[in-house]
Amino acid sequence: MLSITLNGEARQFAEVATIADLIGALELAGKRLAVERNGEIVPKSRHALEALHDGDALEVVVAVGGG
Amino acid sequence: MDDQLVIAGKAYGSRLLVGTGKYKDFDETAQALDASGAEIVTVAIRRVNLGQDPNSPSLLDALPKNRYTLLPNTAGCYSADDAIRTLRLARELLDDHRLVKLEVLGDPTNLFPNVKETLKAAEVLVAEGFDVMVYTSDDPIIARELEDIGCCAIMPLASLIGSGMGILNPWNLQLIIEQSKVPVLVDAGVGTASDAAIAMELGCDGVLMNTAIAAAREPVRMAHAMKLAVEAGRAAYLAGRMPKRFYSATPSSPREGVISSRS
Repeated sequence: MLSITLNGEARQFAEVATIADLIGALELAGKRLAVERNGEIVPKSRHALEALHDGDALEVVVAVGGG
Repeated sequence: MDDQLVIAGKAYGSRLLVGTGKYKDFDETAQALDASGAEIVTVAIRRVNLGQDPNSPSLLDALPKNRYTLLPNTAGCYSADDAIRTLRLARELLDDHRLVKLEVLGDPTNLFPNVKETLKAAEVLVAEGFDVMVYTSDDPIIARELEDIGCCAIMPLASLIGSGMGILNPWNLQLIIEQSKVPVLVDAGVGTASDAAIAMELGCDGVLMNTAIAAAREPVRMAHAMKLAVEAGRAAYLAGRMPKRFYSATPSSPREGVISSRS
C-alpha cells in the first residue's frame, strides 16, 4: 500500500507504482493536468517513469475559470 | 487601421482581455468570450476536484481550440512561493506556455496586491523565462520597479477586484502610463462600459476584466458593450480630445447672421 499526500489530503493507494498509475487510479487519464511532486514539476513525458514513494506530497492541478 | 497591442513580441487586434470565472456555465462563458472579441483570456490553476465525475466537461474542452491565447493567473496566491509554484504548474499544464498573469494578494477582504511578494515573484519568474503580465497597485514607483525587473506588461488596479467601483485614481494611472515603455493595462475594478472607455481614453493599452461582464444581468450583451467601449476609448485617445475650457463657452454655430427683431 502506498501512502501519499494528494492535494493536501492523506491518501492510500494499492497497485500504484508510478505517477501515470496514480492518474489512472484517479480516472484522470487523458485529461489536461499538471503534476508537482515534493515541490518539483514532473513533466508529462516522465509520468510513466517516475516511481512514487511513501510520504510523497503531490499536487495535481487543472485549469478552471478565473479572472 | 493598424493599431495592434503588442505583448511580449506578439501582436493582438483586441485590447480587451477577459476572465473566464463566475459564469453560469461553460456555454455562457464561451458566448461572452466570443461577444467580447477578446484574444487573450485568463484562466485559474486549481487542484483537480478528486470527487468529481471524471466525465464532466472541463474549461479547456469548452473553449474553441487555439482561438484564444490563454493567460494563466495566480489568483488566490498570498506568497511569492505559491505564485511561482502555480505558474510553473501552468507552464507544464499548457505545454511550455510562457505568457502569465502574476498576482500576489495581501488581504482576503480587499484583495489588495502584496507588492513586496509580487516583486519577489516577478524577479524569479522573469529569470525563469516567463513573460510576466503583472497585477499591481497604482503606485508608479512599484510599477517602475516591476518594469525594470522585466515584466512585459504592467496591470494596475482601477479599484478593488470584483468591486465594479470604476477608476478611482486616474491621476496615478496617467503617471504610470506616461513613464512605462511596456503596455499598461487596467486590471480590476471596471464596472461598466464607460469605465473601460475612460481607461482607454487615459491612454491605457488595454483593459482586463471579468466580473463586470460575468456579473452583469446579461453577460453576453455586456461583453459586447465592453468591446465597443474599449474600441471607442482607444479611438478617442488616438484622435486626441479637444482641450477643456473651464467656464468659457464657445458656440458651434456662426455668431453672425442670426435673425433678430432688434435691428
